[in-house]
Amino acid sequence: MRATHLFACAGALALAACATGPSGAGPAKSAAAAPAKGPGPGKGYAHDPYPSTYRPYPGVPTLVTNVTIFDGEGGRIDSGEALFADGKIVAVGPHVEAPAGVTRIDGTGKYLTPGIVDIHSHLGDYPSPGIAALSDGNEATAPTTPDVWAEHSVWPQDPGFGRALMNGGVTTLQILPGSANLMGGRSVVVKNVYARTAQAMKFPGAPYGLKMACGENPKRVYGSKGREPSTRMGNIAVDRQTWAKAVEYKRKWDKYERDGGEPPARDIGMDTLAGVLAGEILVQNHCYRADEMANVLDMAHEFGYHVSAFHHAVEAYKIADYLKRENVCAAVWADWYGFKMESYDGIPENLAILQQAGACAMIHSDDQNGIQRLNQEVAKALAAGRRAGIAIPDAVAWEWLSYNPARALGIADRTGSLKPGKMADLVLWNGHPFSVYTRPDKVWVDGALLYDSADPKRRPVSDFELGQPGAGDVK
Amino acid sequence: MKALLLGLAGLIATAPAVAETIAITGGTVAIGDGSAPIPDGIVLVRDGRILAAGAGVAIPPEARRIDARGKWVSPGLVAGLTNIGLSDAEGIEESNDVSARGAPFHAAIDIAPAVNPDAAILGNERLGGITRAVLTPDAAGSIFAGQGAVIGLGAGAPPVLKARAFQYVEFGEEGAQLAGGSRPAAFAVLHDALAEAEEYRRNPTAFGGRERDSLVKRGDAEALLPVLDGRQPLLVHVERASDIRAVLALTTRYPRLRLVLVGATEGWRVAPEIAAAHVPVIAAALADLPERFERLSATESNVGRLRQAGVTVALSSVDASAPAPMQRNLKQFAGNLVAIGKLPGATGLSWGEALATITARPAEILGLGGEIGSLRPGRRADIVLWDGDPLELASAPVALFIDGRPQPMRSRQTELRDRYLTPQEGALPKAYQW
Repeated sequence: MRATHLFACAGALALAACATGPSGAGPAKSAAAAPAKGPGPGKGYAHDPYPSTYRPYPGVPTLVTNVTIFDGEGGRIDSGEALFADGKIVAVGPHVEAPAGVTRIDGTGKYLTPGIVDIHSHLGDYPSPGIAALSDGNEATAPTTPDVWAEHSVWPQDPGFGRALMNGGVTTLQILPGSANLMGGRSVVVKNVYARTAQAMKFPGAPYGLKMACGENPKRVYGSKGREPSTRMGNIAVDRQTWAKAVEYKRKWDKYERDGGEPPARDIGMDTLAGVLAGEILVQNHCYRADEMANVLDMAHEFGYHVSAFHHAVEAYKIADYLKRENVCAAVWADWYGFKMESYDGIPENLAILQQAGACAMIHSDDQNGIQRLNQEVAKALAAGRRAGIAIPDAVAWEWLSYNPARALGIADRTGSLKPGKMADLVLWNGHPFSVYTRPDKVWVDGALLYDSADPKRRPVSDFELGQPGAGDVK
Repeated sequence: MKALLLGLAGLIATAPAVAETIAITGGTVAIGDGSAPIPDGIVLVRDGRILAAGAGVAIPPEARRIDARGKWVSPGLVAGLTNIGLSDAEGIEESNDVSARGAPFHAAIDIAPAVNPDAAILGNERLGGITRAVLTPDAAGSIFAGQGAVIGLGAGAPPVLKARAFQYVEFGEEGAQLAGGSRPAAFAVLHDALAEAEEYRRNPTAFGGRERDSLVKRGDAEALLPVLDGRQPLLVHVERASDIRAVLALTTRYPRLRLVLVGATEGWRVAPEIAAAHVPVIAAALADLPERFERLSATESNVGRLRQAGVTVALSSVDASAPAPMQRNLKQFAGNLVAIGKLPGATGLSWGEALATITARPAEILGLGGEIGSLRPGRRADIVLWDGDPLELASAPVALFIDGRPQPMRSRQTELRDRYLTPQEGALPKAYQW
């Protein structure tokens, strides 16, 4: 009757389907895709064999006036103006010089913010409808599968992308493999724009992530198969074994790139782990409990990698000081708790306590419904914090929605705040975005107006929905 | 923080014992029955029941006054179908009494004895304004899940307000799977079970139902009699428009069934038929994705359109993907239904109607509208004082009463919060801070 969250979105169904995928649009391969010959640093093998073919859609130079602006980096401008053109933010301030002929939008009574960045989504990999044939999020066949890439499961027609855009104002999201495995595979960061291929959704130049998982999911999934890991100590043991191999693998490739000779054998999973050790792939670690996060950080020090963010960090508030010291972000829900033992200690003040301690905090959804209301989730967390005596301004809380997730994804130089030169990813809200009574009015991605609440034609209908009951409804 | 706590303690100190008259004055009063909120209203309570609520209520001289100026006063929220209190956490199998896949019984299952009023989650959710909850077992091994209960969340009070409040059945995709693989099989199971119940009624002593291979156990047949007679509502989980029609048609064969549809994501497409059948709906507010083939036309306008057609609708976290404990977020769902009223093409609810979907309507649907769910005279004094509009995201209770009894404003979550407001350890480990 209802979805369970024992591990999020995890109908770990392994049906043997004969996937005959679309051939795609046949995008031209970028130069980076062609294997360069060693020796030479970074030249051992292709690092980007499935490159982004995303192209921004056209927009018109636009000036929003008389609007309250949260710039995404803690700044707030009342009755301000924002100009964007050619897909980029041009200027934001109390008054902005705009060329003649720009499209002017009166933002009276409305709020303008950066588009929301969800660092934890399974859209496309666990799409709607959630049927066995489309259950592509957990390669739950071995405790570590760093060889799988989420982008190779992404179904670009998932109706969830459109809902996240229209109802949620989400313009960028990271799609992760699920949490059945200690090392679930590579994530992919996408712009929230429908495309015919996953490559055409990929955020240009965004680093890859490695999804890792702690705790109850891996031990349950593999323990029930009668194999290691069946305990938390087994989790760390298998991780360490795997990292030890990765260090060795990287040493061989480094030597080859330095000295030449015969290239070592490729191992697709080890490529990913070597990428983490080299700092080019960011670790996104599912981990609920404070004590387990500390174990992971010790492991990261042991093998020389950095954890970019702990996800589902329900107990992050207990070690907010430690996370700050380690420069590790925490991606959390506002109030999800109590659905399994490792979520039993969840409290709604988690984000506020992290913020108070100076740690890098952010909201995330892990959910096709929650992603439509991340602004509301932050509103609840903010209010809980204020009731506990932690005063955080609204505009600062917006960092939890865009700038901090962009930082933890390594793309904060391009999106996540309304600074000149950055992507024109924006949401115009029809009221205060922390009110339950507010909805997105317009959403732009790279300056292209991709949702307009007043225009039924600026409302995406995925292939799957076309011709089905309810297609094109307001949703 | 300290000042806030002291303020709340003050409020509780002035709160009533059960056997007395109190007047909550000056607040914005929301009755919960669908009407608009009343500024500067009065709620009068006597002996644990509502005496009067609204504007211009005369305050008897003996009444103890509680000043609610600047606050909102509403009935306690009645959480729709949920299983809080039936486990310590859904994923802790050892503690979970929500379903029983290996049990020989199905319709006979009665969850009332399993409710644990001390479950930490009940205390946490109470602080979100939840005073009553409609608990259901989940189906496992049969389309019949068993009999649910309506409970109170009052601290130290017996939890069960009404046991065996309804029978719960799965149809649609899930029912088909439980019945062996098809929708028609699910209907066959239902018809057979009801026929067996009639058989049991005609001659209980001759009825078997104790054999290992009997399809309908004796206890199950007995449990279905009140369903057949309409003394116990039959809650049916069903989503697809065509499935809803098939379920509504059951009343031609069993005219006394008191059907309630649960889910009904595609209800808006057959709303006039549901209204004509006088069948109420317990729906998800915001299910707007085709998460299953039986929910292809999902839209957040479903509840509004059902309401516009004249259907009685309550909200539930059924079909919402938030975890089961999150009943406090029902008010967020209700608030969103107000919000979509502003969107071109969408159908929402008025504020009063939205509040009613989580107060009076669930109570009415379960036949308890005379007892709980609103501040109308005679109802149990389940009252929440909020620091703002109860549907707003930032609002929270500042005081709670259940049956007129003031409730603690602390929970396991507030204990954790206070321990870790400063995460660093002090002179002693955190374990000494309590």
